[in-house]
Amino acid sequence: MPLPSLEQDLSGWGRFPTARCRVLRPERDRELADCVGVLPRGMGRSYGDAALNKDGGVVSTQRLDRMLAFDANTGLLEAEAGLSLGVIAQTFLPRGWFLPVTPGTKFVSLGGAVAGDVHGKNHHLEGSFSRHVEAFELLCPNGDRISCSRQSYSDVFEATVGGMGLTGLITNVRLRLRKVAGPWMYVRHKSASDLDQIFQLLSDRAAPEPYSVAWIDCLARGRHLGRSVLMVGDHADGPVPAPRVTLKSQLRAPMDLPGWVLHPSLLRAFNAAFHRYQARKTLPFLTSPDAFFYPLDGIRNWNRLYGRQGFVQYQCVLPEKEAFAGVQVLLELISAAGAASFLAVLKRLGEGSEGLLSFCMPGFTLALDIPFKGKETLALVQSMDLEVVRRGGRVNLCKDACLSPETFRAMYPRAAAWRDIKRRLDPDGLIQSGLSRRIHLLEED
Amino acid sequence: MPRAVLILGATSPMARAAAYAFAARGDWLFLASRDESECQKLAQDLLIRFQTKAFWGRFDAHQTESHVELIDNAAAALGGLDYALFVVGDLGSEPNSLEPLETARLIQTNFLGVASVIGACATFMGNHGGSVILGVGSVAGDRGRQSNFVYGAAKGGLALYLQGLQNFLHPKGIRVVAFKPGFVDTGMTYGKPGVFLVATPEQAGKSLVRAMDNASGVVYFPWFWWLIMRVIQLIPDVIFKRLKL
Repeated sequence: MPLPSLEQDLSGWGRFPTARCRVLRPERDRELADCVGVLPRGMGRSYGDAALNKDGGVVSTQRLDRMLAFDANTGLLEAEAGLSLGVIAQTFLPRGWFLPVTPGTKFVSLGGAVAGDVHGKNHHLEGSFSRHVEAFELLCPNGDRISCSRQSYSDVFEATVGGMGLTGLITNVRLRLRKVAGPWMYVRHKSASDLDQIFQLLSDRAAPEPYSVAWIDCLARGRHLGRSVLMVGDHADGPVPAPRVTLKSQLRAPMDLPGWVLHPSLLRAFNAAFHRYQARKTLPFLTSPDAFFYPLDGIRNWNRLYGRQGFVQYQCVLPEKEAFAGVQVLLELISAAGAASFLAVLKRLGEGSEGLLSFCMPGFTLALDIPFKGKETLALVQSMDLEVVRRGGRVNLCKDACLSPETFRAMYPRAAAWRDIKRRLDPDGLIQSGLSRRIHLLEED
Repeated sequence: MPRAVLILGATSPMARAAAYAFAARGDWLFLASRDESECQKLAQDLLIRFQTKAFWGRFDAHQTESHVELIDNAAAALGGLDYALFVVGDLGSEPNSLEPLETARLIQTNFLGVASVIGACATFMGNHGGSVILGVGSVAGDRGRQSNFVYGAAKGGLALYLQGLQNFLHPKGIRVVAFKPGFVDTGMTYGKPGVFLVATPEQAGKSLVRAMDNASGVVYFPWFWWLIMRVIQLIPDVIFKRLKL
C-alpha cells in the first residue's frame, strides 16, 4: 500500500511565501522507501521557501523522532532526524547534558538543524551545529542509505550540512551533547548606548561567558543608532526546583494582528521600553534556559504578530572589517524605509564550517524581522542584499525568502562545488525546493 | 512498584503514545509487532528517554501457533503481566473488499489473530494473575457500513469477544476493556477524505492509559463518538441503505 499523502498549503515560519504541497508523513522506518527523492521538511521553522515545493511533494519527518542510542560517558546521542531539539534539551538537561549549539528556537528538528547548519549564541567559540555532528545517515535520491561523516563520504557530508535538504533526507544523526554545570543559566546584561559601544562589547575576547548576543533597537535613530543590550550567560548550578525546558508555550497569539499594531511609532515606544527594562538588569542573575535561549518560544505562533501577510526575517553576516560600517548602513536603510521591526539581534560569529552552503563565517551577524508589505519590502531587502554583497557578506538561506540568483552567487562562492556533488547524488534533479528554484541553485553559472 | 505492560501492535502511533505515558511513570514495557526492528527502535527510545525497562519481540496476527510462546516470553522478560494492550489492526487498502483472500486477510489481522493472542494472554493472567486486558476496536464495528464492512465486521467481532471475555474473567478480578477510537491522526486517516474531529495520537495514548487504570466495558475515544454511534445505529435501514456511509 503506498504511503498516504495530504495536500496542504504550507509556508515557512515567516508565512511568506506559501505553496500547495503534497505532504508525506512516514511513521515507520520502512515507509521511508516511499519517500525517496522527495524534499524533506522538519518542523517548518525555516522562514522562507526552503521547505516548500510548489505542486510537488515534501516529506514531513515529525513522526520519525526516536532516540536510538545514548552514551552517558561521552554524551554521544544517536536519534532519528525528526526529533526536536526541545525534546533533547528537556530530556538531557536534568542529567547534566545540553545541546552543544542551539538556535533561538527549540522547535527545530535534528535533521533541520543539520540541513540548515544552524548556529547559536556560542558560535564565536563553538562554531555551528555541524561541528558537533559526528555522522548522519542520508537517504539519497537514488534510494541508497549511506552513513556520512568526516571520514566516509566526506564530500556528501560537506554538501549536506547546510545543504537545505537538497542532497537527500537525513534519517538519523549522531550528535555530541555538552556536559554543563547545571540546569540554570547565570546571566548578565550590559547596556550600550550606541553602535560603537556594542561592537566593542561584542568584540571583547576576554569575556568568560560562552554565550553572548546583543538585542539592538533597530528603530533608534541619530545618536541612539545601535542602542542595545548585550546579554551574556553560562550554564550554572542553582537552587531547587531546577528549571525544566518546556515544550508547551505559556502564551499564544490568538489571531493575526491588524497592521496598525506595527505602526513605527508604537514599535519605537515598545523597543525603547524594552531597552530600558533590559538595560536595568546590570547585576548578574539566574534564569531558566527557556528564558535565556528561547524567549520567543514562550508565545506560540508568535509569527502571527506580523499579521496575515507575514514577514521576512533578514539575517546577514558581514566580515569583521566591514561589519561596523555595514551594520550602520543597514540600520539606516531600514530606518529610512520606515520598515518597522521589533528588536533585532547582533552577534559575533567565529570560524565557518565545512558546509559548502553554510551561512556562518567570521564577522558579525545582524538579524531582524521586516513585516511583509509587497514590493516595497522586496525593494528594501534588495538594497540591503546589495550592501551585504558589496561588503563581502552573505544572507542566511534558512531565513531568506528574497535573494536573487545573482546575489546568491556573489555571496556563496562554494555553490559550484556544492552543485557538482548534488549532480552526482541527484542527476535528475528530483529534490528541489522553492529556495533552490528561486536562486537557480541547480543551474550552471 | 512498576507495572508490567505488554503492548502488541506497538508501532502504531497510538500504541507508541501509550507506551510513552506508561514509561513516563516508570512502568516496564514489552513491545511487539510484525516489524521487530521497529519495535527494537521504540524500546531503545523508551530506555533512553525514560530510563525504564523496555523489551521487544515479534508478533504476527497470522501466526497463531506462536502466540502462547510470545505471551510467555513477554511475561518472562517482565516478570509477570499486569497490563496487556492490543492495538493490532490494519484497515488495508480496501476495507470493503469482496475478494476472498483480502477478506480473509482483514479478518485474520483484525479479529482472528487478535482473539487468538488475547486468549493466550487471558489464560496466562488467569493462571498467574494480571490486572487488565484492553483491546482496541473501532467505531467501525458498531454498525456495518458499505465503505468498510469487512474491517468493521472484524472489529465488531472483536468487541463481542471482549464483552464475553469480560464476563469470563470477572471472577478472577481481571478487567477487560474494549476501546473504540474515532478518527485519530495516523497513517490510517492521514489525507483521507471525510475525516473530521481528528484526535492526536498523544491524546489517544493518554486516554488508553486512563482506560487501563480505571475503566471496564466499552470506552469511546473521544467520548462524543459514543453519541455519534448511537445516532448512526438509530438510523432505520430503509434510510441507511441510501446513505453513502
